[in-house]
Amino acid sequence: MKNDPEVTLELARAHGLSEHEAKLVFEILGRKPTYPELGIFSVMWSEHCSYKSSKKLLATLPTTGRCVIQGPGENAGVVDIGDGWVCVFKIESHNHPSYIEPHAGAATGVGGILRDIFTMGARPLASLDSLRFGSLDDPKQRFLMRGVVAGVGSYGNCFGCATVGGELTFHPRYGRNILVNAMNIGIARADAIFLAKAAGVGNPVIYVGSKTGRDGIHGASLLASSEFDEHTEAMRPTVQLGDPFTEKLLLEACLEAMRTGAIVGIQDMGAAGLTCSSFEMASHSGTGIEMDLDRVPQREPDMTPYELLLSESQERMLLVAEAGREQEILDVFLKWDLDAALVGRVTSDGRMRVRWHGETVVDIPVDPVAANSPVYERPRVRPADFAARQRLDLEALPVEADPSGALLALLGSPNLCSRQWVYRQYDQLVQSSTVLRPGGDAAVVRVPETERGLALKTDCNPRYCAQDPYLGAAHAVAEAARNVAVTGARPLAATDCLNFGSPERPECMWEFAEAIRGIGDACRALGVPIVSGNVSFYNETAGEGAIPPTPTIGMVGLLEDVSRAVPAAFRAAGDAVLLLGETLPELGASEYLAVRHGLERGAPPALDLAAEKRLQELLVDAASRGLLRSAHDCSEGGAAIALAECGIRAGLGVEAALPELRGRPELALFSESASRAIISCTLGAAAELLALARTHGVPAARIGSTGGDRIHVEPGVDVSLAEAHDVWARTLPEALG
Amino acid sequence: MTPARSPARIGVIVFPGSNDDRDLARGFALCGAQVEMIWHKDARLPELDGIGIPGGFSYGDYLRCGAMARFSPVMRAVLQLAAAGRPVLGVCNGFQILCEAGLLPGALVRNRELLFVCQDTRISVEERGLIRAELAPGQELVIPVKHGEGAYVPDPERKPRVAFRYVGGSPNGSTDDIAGIVNDAGNVLGLMPHPEHAVEALLGSTDGARLLRSFLAACVALRETR
Repeated sequence: MKNDPEVTLELARAHGLSEHEAKLVFEILGRKPTYPELGIFSVMWSEHCSYKSSKKLLATLPTTGRCVIQGPGENAGVVDIGDGWVCVFKIESHNHPSYIEPHAGAATGVGGILRDIFTMGARPLASLDSLRFGSLDDPKQRFLMRGVVAGVGSYGNCFGCATVGGELTFHPRYGRNILVNAMNIGIARADAIFLAKAAGVGNPVIYVGSKTGRDGIHGASLLASSEFDEHTEAMRPTVQLGDPFTEKLLLEACLEAMRTGAIVGIQDMGAAGLTCSSFEMASHSGTGIEMDLDRVPQREPDMTPYELLLSESQERMLLVAEAGREQEILDVFLKWDLDAALVGRVTSDGRMRVRWHGETVVDIPVDPVAANSPVYERPRVRPADFAARQRLDLEALPVEADPSGALLALLGSPNLCSRQWVYRQYDQLVQSSTVLRPGGDAAVVRVPETERGLALKTDCNPRYCAQDPYLGAAHAVAEAARNVAVTGARPLAATDCLNFGSPERPECMWEFAEAIRGIGDACRALGVPIVSGNVSFYNETAGEGAIPPTPTIGMVGLLEDVSRAVPAAFRAAGDAVLLLGETLPELGASEYLAVRHGLERGAPPALDLAAEKRLQELLVDAASRGLLRSAHDCSEGGAAIALAECGIRAGLGVEAALPELRGRPELALFSESASRAIISCTLGAAAELLALARTHGVPAARIGSTGGDRIHVEPGVDVSLAEAHDVWARTLPEALG
Repeated sequence: MTPARSPARIGVIVFPGSNDDRDLARGFALCGAQVEMIWHKDARLPELDGIGIPGGFSYGDYLRCGAMARFSPVMRAVLQLAAAGRPVLGVCNGFQILCEAGLLPGALVRNRELLFVCQDTRISVEERGLIRAELAPGQELVIPVKHGEGAYVPDPERKPRVAFRYVGGSPNGSTDDIAGIVNDAGNVLGLMPHPEHAVEALLGSTDGARLLRSFLAACVALRETR
């Protein structure tokens, strides 16, 4: 093309390709690439699209199991949930866009994950969002948080998919690089799943949805695949703009088009837009595609092939239909007032050929760009201070003199206080499926037309991961599964969103490798495969260091009878309260240490995965027998915080005594030992529960009763329920207004 | 023995961007109605005893909420049906559409805090119009709201007949805590809370079913007088 810049090695470097990669491009083509071809290589070989630094390590994760119908590699994972129904789910990051433009960045993050789900033929049923910001005291963080929460809400609410859960963490190390991870689950019939295939030589390739504009160009290659620096603000045009109304129409049109039986394969245009979708579909099927860019619906005149191929305009899909049935497909999209255009055909020669005004502007082999993209084994180095970080001298800490004050300080702390300010901005109810709403452990949704339920949770404690990424990542899996199990659901499978710093720094790469090892070990021990996920590297800002390693785990569990779902909050006065699991003197990396002493030190709690498994089996068993009135896991803040939360949410007091530990109240109250839960039951059921715990090999003790108007927990905590509620409820509204 | 009445035939209008259309249809069906989904481009309606206009974001609510939907071909038929005295229920975005279409007075504006709000609310029953079978004045119902623009502002020229009022303060800054209103004839009811999201104990409350059943009872009773 006559106005395209001259392609040189320097231009290739400016596109984010390494010198080695740039030379490889010339080698593969046997000539100098055209400008659009360079653009294609740069996005397809970006870290975001190619997983070049993570691929080898990801391959070590367990991804198979009895329930798994589709593991990683497609738009989303698919698991069997019985009676011919499947659950389609995935979690994905939209971190850098959300920092640059919080409302639009977060909204399109939700839009992207929704498309991943309905591309596969599933109707999105529920969303979760895992959000991490810097300090709540920082006005910039409050600005970002208001924008992100409004963005998540605006997209999901308008689209019509309930947002039912997630998590929210504050830590100063996220201050210059917030995290926005969005998870969605959808439901489909097992025999009506669609894959990203471009099969059948001669079949038409059809573009549907919104028109292509100039937004989001190089979102994947430059914005998502490099760290922030002083030029970051100038990247705002790489952030896409979402239109949830159009996405809602696209959903209904896609599901209707799928019912015609004329669709062979379909893929959403997300990162790297038309390029990524066409290459991946052809690559999956071992075919090629020839495409005419003149036919692509365009939002503005004079767009170039480079722009059309790399635009990340939202709410678009690429599909392959059966030859001769294209009109049926086009008619459906026209009914919904969406654009639909025949843009190309499937070919047999494994090449991508793109024409523009009659001229061939791209002619490259599919596989070297997609399936066989460069893969790296990056150097890894354990940080020099790793051993020192693990040391915590408990004896040197003062004994907690005011346990009630400590409890209130923790309840009001940004990481433990009520999240209602966030989730009341989300439609939690649309589609009439939400059985357990946000605010408990896992959310529970009913599978439409069945009596089954799905328990959903995202989890990761970044402070644990910062201290020990292996153990921290294993905890993320264990806690996500435990959160699902306390509702009575059997953990089924998981999705992971791996947020890390630059893979080009050996310490970060070590953190990543350790986290993968931790996820793998925990998943194998608990029997939950990873079926989908996303890697987000480069979460750091030049000169300011990286975020704490944050491998967020999204867990899905199955309840055979959703009416047996167990809530977290106490239910009635006079019930027995039991503590399951064993409390050890563990304050390393705890919320107590951070809030009360301003310390982030020590090893995370030990994790005995066999004990964890026994606890989860007990919880599922007890719930299925209808023995539990409530169940809540003990995590950040320990057993005392868990007890207070159960009471506050129910508006019921509690009278309990925790097992004494070394004569130090802070250990008994706030130790974050893993594999524990607070449950309540009728007085009559307590003996049966204790016996059941014995048969499962889980330590269990009756520690008190519900009722009254105080949170009275020995050793040393005695506060009024009203005061505890007030402290817990007011932090976010006061900060965010 | 009283003869079995045939169920009320209810049309639920589907606009592009309607979200709670299937929820409202399901709620009516659980309460015994025979429900038909009506596409907004249909200018002619089948034989119906009443109409439900669901919540959601018709046309994305990119203009004023409900401002586009009132121009859909189906709305002329809805106006005729309402004028003929048949019951019409508008929930949330449906309420906004009824106001925009002039079937109910006043308007719904941005919530006081400028934030979307989703939570259970307690509302008390006041003027019931024709929709009264299982509703008594003063009775309280727990029904959720979920909206960004739900603060009701009355038309200064036309005092509204208040059907429901929030108890203990409104979640959105509504004038006089108004949650829903009926027209003068008593056959058109609009409210911000979602009765269709309160029809099953498993999902939190069954108070919405009392309201939907009352609406269906009015539909059947009016059919029998036709």
